[in-house]
Amino acid sequence: MIYAALFYLIAGLTVFCALGVALSRNVVYSAFFLMGALLGAAGLYGFLLADFVAVVQILVYVGGILVLTLFAIMLTHQIAEVEVSNRSVGRLPAAILVIVTGVGMGLAIFRAPWHTAPSGEPPPTTYGIGEAFLGPYLLPFELASVVLLTALIGAIVLSRRELRD
Amino acid sequence: MIEIGLHHYLVVSLIVFLAGLFTVLTRRNAIGILMGVELILNSANINYVAFSRFGGGGYDGQIFSIFVIMLAAAEAAIGLAIVLGIYRKFETIDVEATDTLRG
Repeated sequence: MIYAALFYLIAGLTVFCALGVALSRNVVYSAFFLMGALLGAAGLYGFLLADFVAVVQILVYVGGILVLTLFAIMLTHQIAEVEVSNRSVGRLPAAILVIVTGVGMGLAIFRAPWHTAPSGEPPPTTYGIGEAFLGPYLLPFELASVVLLTALIGAIVLSRRELRD
Repeated sequence: MIEIGLHHYLVVSLIVFLAGLFTVLTRRNAIGILMGVELILNSANINYVAFSRFGGGGYDGQIFSIFVIMLAAAEAAIGLAIVLGIYRKFETIDVEATDTLRG
């Protein structure tokens, strides 16, 4: 009972914050709503017994990506300027497309014969994930480090003017 | 009360995906569009972890979601560096104003 109530609370927080990102006029508010949505998703991972993914979500998304996004917002806007929001164009066509997509995906969700027996391994899942990363997923894991290094170098080259001249 | 099952998570992730799609479609602010992309990636992650719990695939779904988080971090770093470059060049991050390549 308490479990279900907590689930609905966190799911509601996630949905509310996601809609806030989509509908708020000010991009700074959107960023803070995004934080709520990311934290709510981390809570959902907790409910799904994925403790490691939940911690990674908080560390990388909330601690990294969101702070980076806020920095970019602050660097590209005059904070004192009132009109930091964007004029949203084409809300009606976008809403129609979103509703059509949602109905189609909703039908797929409720019609498909999913395998729904809960079978997740109980936490801590770090042992199994670590084994998988150094076993069957070793090549993607190493490639991921190359991708991150490339992204780092690319970001430095893109954002430093004297390196491009 | 109904037990919390796979469908609950799928519906939450569907709504998050639709919110992200709407954000990407309606924003003219490049950072806003990137935030919509983050929402869409998050909804995919919720699905991955939910199927890993209910689909009987072991850790595979969680590992894929970790890869998605890693790629999202790389995407955010590169995307925001490009946005800052656009801001220096055009003095705005309105995606409608940066139409130099329009034929």
